[in-house]
Amino acid sequence: MKLVLYDGSFAGLLTAVFEIYEYKVGQPDIRKAGTANGSLFGNPHTVETNLDKSKRVFKKLQERVTPWAARQLYNAWLSELKDIENVILRYIQYSLNTKLAVENNYTHADVLMIQQTSRKVHREKHRMEAFVRFQLTRDQLYYCIIQPDYNVLPLISKHFEDRYADQRWLIYDGLRKYGLYYDLEKVEEVQMNFEADLNSLQHLQEVFDEKEELYQQLWKQYFNSVNIGARKNMKLHIQHMPKRYWKYLIEKQ
Amino acid sequence: MSDRITEKLSILADAAKYDVSCASSGSDRKNHNKGLGNASNGICHAYTEDGRCVSLLKILLTNVCIFNCAYCVSRKSNDIRRAAFTVQEIVDLTINFYRRNYIEGLFLSSGIFKNADYTMERLVQVAKKLRTEHKFNGYIHLKTIPGASEEIIKEAGLYADRLSINVEMPTEKSLALLAPDKNRQDMLKPMQFVQEAIKENEDAKKIFKSTPSFAPAGQSTQMVIGATPETDLEILYLANGFYKKFNMKRVYYSGYVPISNDNRLPAIGTPVPMIRENRLYQADWLMRFYGFKVQEIVNADNPLLDTDIDPKLSWALRNLHLFPVDVNKADYQLIVRVPGIGVQSANKICAARRFANLSVNHLQKIGIAYNKAKYFISTNTVFEKRDWPPGQIKSFILSEGNSKYKPNFSPQLKLF
Repeated sequence: MKLVLYDGSFAGLLTAVFEIYEYKVGQPDIRKAGTANGSLFGNPHTVETNLDKSKRVFKKLQERVTPWAARQLYNAWLSELKDIENVILRYIQYSLNTKLAVENNYTHADVLMIQQTSRKVHREKHRMEAFVRFQLTRDQLYYCIIQPDYNVLPLISKHFEDRYADQRWLIYDGLRKYGLYYDLEKVEEVQMNFEADLNSLQHLQEVFDEKEELYQQLWKQYFNSVNIGARKNMKLHIQHMPKRYWKYLIEKQ
Repeated sequence: MSDRITEKLSILADAAKYDVSCASSGSDRKNHNKGLGNASNGICHAYTEDGRCVSLLKILLTNVCIFNCAYCVSRKSNDIRRAAFTVQEIVDLTINFYRRNYIEGLFLSSGIFKNADYTMERLVQVAKKLRTEHKFNGYIHLKTIPGASEEIIKEAGLYADRLSINVEMPTEKSLALLAPDKNRQDMLKPMQFVQEAIKENEDAKKIFKSTPSFAPAGQSTQMVIGATPETDLEILYLANGFYKKFNMKRVYYSGYVPISNDNRLPAIGTPVPMIRENRLYQADWLMRFYGFKVQEIVNADNPLLDTDIDPKLSWALRNLHLFPVDVNKADYQLIVRVPGIGVQSANKICAARRFANLSVNHLQKIGIAYNKAKYFISTNTVFEKRDWPPGQIKSFILSEGNSKYKPNFSPQLKLF
């Protein structure tokens, strides 16, 4: 086994794939730098992210599989699952060795893994598009803190940009400590250390727009009014809105 | 002020909730003017404790109504609190909920006050104000009021993504019994008009791409199930007619929630027919996505859907001569008819078998419900469960499965 360390970016991972071919690395094991104990495996190969190399890998990949399938690899990578890098590597190797579009081979363990992981990430992306609840601050910023299971901010950026084109907004990932900020022109990734307890109600009076509390109350009222008691089905309710998301759903407070 | 609006919201959301549609997909409205919102996503932002999706702000403009439909909470003779929103109040609620990402848009309906056109005009005013003054591109679903004029429906379609008019009852006879003020022609005529207008609009768009859309998410309808004695055959044939004739996007089946002591209706406390409603939706899906003809699902010999098993399994058990289906060779159309294999799995099976002969293990990994499917498929090596009679297969599947409805089928129930 030869450890191959990359910087934790997708371009870095693709560069690693390139260099595994370039240097004919035998039995590679790709890891994020800083997450592996290198001494067990002798000298690791450390990859320096190179946009040109990563683009060449991606271009080659797109000749072999559909753009949709190439995107699945990116989605799967955002899962941050342990060892997903090596599954991606094997998937790419397999696609370069095969004439048919391998994304359809659901009998292949790596293809199936990528497809299923990508789907999980996509589901989380969709959940965040659904469960973000903006709160309006005094200076007219709509903000929300989320803690998604996977690193989905890059996937939801366009959705929110298209939708909320005429309001300033910030979506902050409280686990990964970065956010997306839209300033009416463009979305930017922002690093910041947001006070997590800004969410708590005690700050409401000071920070929020004067109408914020009213609309939160109205939303809760609405949520309760549309429920049909005679059809109560908590199992289904929880299946659709798992409890771990309740903390940022205003209607479940 | 805020108390009053909260009260109105509780009354007018409560009254609107029996309309089950909450779809917000199927439109193609973009945020073209750097305004607010788009409508092409179909997102459920929340789910109520009854497990239903909350996608839209679904409210009535008013629950004042001159009609007296027995199955409706807002009927004239019902002694309840009445309220009405102003146009501006609805606009403010919609915009402020939307900006906070609570909703995909607005579903606006109303009790009928004064007359059909007067009511419908108010609904259109709300939609117009949202679109023109607030540059709102979110989803708008407007109810078409039975008997509204074509001019006003035409205007509604210019602002709304979807229009719907509820057929209410599966037969004219039931409608006459329970909703004496309504007649079916007042519902069918607008449906036909909307369908023609959509078609016209699509044709016009082929020539001039800039033609403004007319109800781009199409139209839907709803009928109440279990309030009257119709069979599933009557219900599904009617639905099938709507899909075929009016090109409906959706037909909704709303299990009757007893709300009245009227002796024409099931008494308060009667359970909502949720299993039957679920089976109807399954049958509806078979017609729309699985290539089933309605008469394959229900027919003169089988006018009622089974409640203990799903309609696809029922069909398969009636047609065992078509099985087993060889998953490595059969056409997609046959594979998708196998109980336990859905549209996605069928697609995957057809894609994957070009790489390798599929084994049971492969099928399980692909995600089919193998315990159900195994009685109906063969792979190269395996077809174990040959020549069992339908009743035997059914009891095997029921004993292995874990239906959420199982408690409803305990043998004791048969005593009644």
